[in-house]
Amino acid sequence: MIAAIAAQSGPVEPLIRWRWVGHHLDDLRERALEHLWLTVAALLIGVAIASLLASVMRRWRWTAGPLTAATTILYTIPSIALFAALLPLLGVGYAVPIIALSTYSLVVLTPFLLAAFDDLDPSTLEAATAMGMTPVQRWRRVDLPLAMPTIVAGLRVTTVTIVGLVTVGGLFGLGGFGDFIDDGLSRDFSTPIVLGVVGSVVIALVADLMWVVLGRAVAPWQRDRDRRSP
Amino acid sequence: MSGPVEFLTTAANWAGNDGIGARLATHLWVSVLAVGAAAVVALPTGIAIGHTRRGRDLAVAVTNLSRAVPSLAVLAFVVAAGWGIGFVPTWIAMFALALPPLFVGAVTGVSEVDPAVVDAAVGMGMSASQVVRSVEIPLALPLVVSGLRVAVGQVIATATLGAFVGYNTLGRFITVGRANGNDGMLYGGVVVIVALAVAADSALQRWAKTLRSRR
Repeated sequence: MIAAIAAQSGPVEPLIRWRWVGHHLDDLRERALEHLWLTVAALLIGVAIASLLASVMRRWRWTAGPLTAATTILYTIPSIALFAALLPLLGVGYAVPIIALSTYSLVVLTPFLLAAFDDLDPSTLEAATAMGMTPVQRWRRVDLPLAMPTIVAGLRVTTVTIVGLVTVGGLFGLGGFGDFIDDGLSRDFSTPIVLGVVGSVVIALVADLMWVVLGRAVAPWQRDRDRRSP
Repeated sequence: MSGPVEFLTTAANWAGNDGIGARLATHLWVSVLAVGAAAVVALPTGIAIGHTRRGRDLAVAVTNLSRAVPSLAVLAFVVAAGWGIGFVPTWIAMFALALPPLFVGAVTGVSEVDPAVVDAAVGMGMSASQVVRSVEIPLALPLVVSGLRVAVGQVIATATLGAFVGYNTLGRFITVGRANGNDGMLYGGVVVIVALAVAADSALQRWAKTLRSRR
């Protein structure tokens, strides 16, 4: 699967052979769907665990230090290292990418969730309570909407990171557009490489733009503030 | 199966061209060259844009969007395009990875310097270049350093990928260990990479802390 890429000799190989692409459209669709669902699954699991962690850290402040340190150390583990380390333990299949990708998504997301609620203006929250809101009402109608811009910013970074990491997983035959890249690299054949590169870049950019648009939708006041700043 | 401890404590594994020492050096070499080149490009432009604030929001938005491009995609594209294998694709991908955090750090750092401080400096008769050199850059330094920290951390972790395009970084222990079913080598390689990443990050963190305390 890993071959040293020999310098090309003979007639120059075109960057992309469209005929090959035409014959692999089914493959292309399958890899694209795989890339998407791996990203979404990891993101959902990451959001669930990160929410839990952030709540624990806010409820019991003393846990914030050790938990932050633990997630920071997890983050310094290179993705390839994590994939490679989990593979002998869990074998080829979806368990490895799901576990590795969820780990990164919770590591990236937790600090954003923590900051989103920690940075709320206490006087705003007190005003809401003074107006007679119950804690649940306040959380739903004041805390959450105000925290949304930071949460969306976190989701944006997390999504883009995960899309890129799914590609890395492909080097280990774990699915997604990385499989094309792995195939192309090992055969010194540029068409699948280009396909994998373009596919993962398109998914990443579309996901990124989606969060930008969504971020504006959930926090319209944010844009006005941006416009006013110099 | 021999364990990672055995792999790491065997002296022979550290020596020679395929040893941990040589690959550690290769890994650091490409990381330093990539971050250094990215700093040469990103810091002056970032400082200039932060100072004039012209096109700042657009520049930051475009840069942040470029972060979406996965490093592996850059790496693989350079190989597919036939620009080279080994060092070249690894360096280009790491350069592209280091650029955004350094640039955004410099732009934000300089443009968020308190305008009153800049006004005071101008009022004291400082020229524009003096303001940049002795007011804006020193005040921006903590954010520039945190950008550097992000860049270095990501580059050290990601330079591992170079092993997939024939460059002998520390990632080589992962690819070779996996191909030969040598789990000791694989996990040993993982341990060295994590140790390097943690060491570099804590060194830069300490530097950032001393900078902040000096203010």
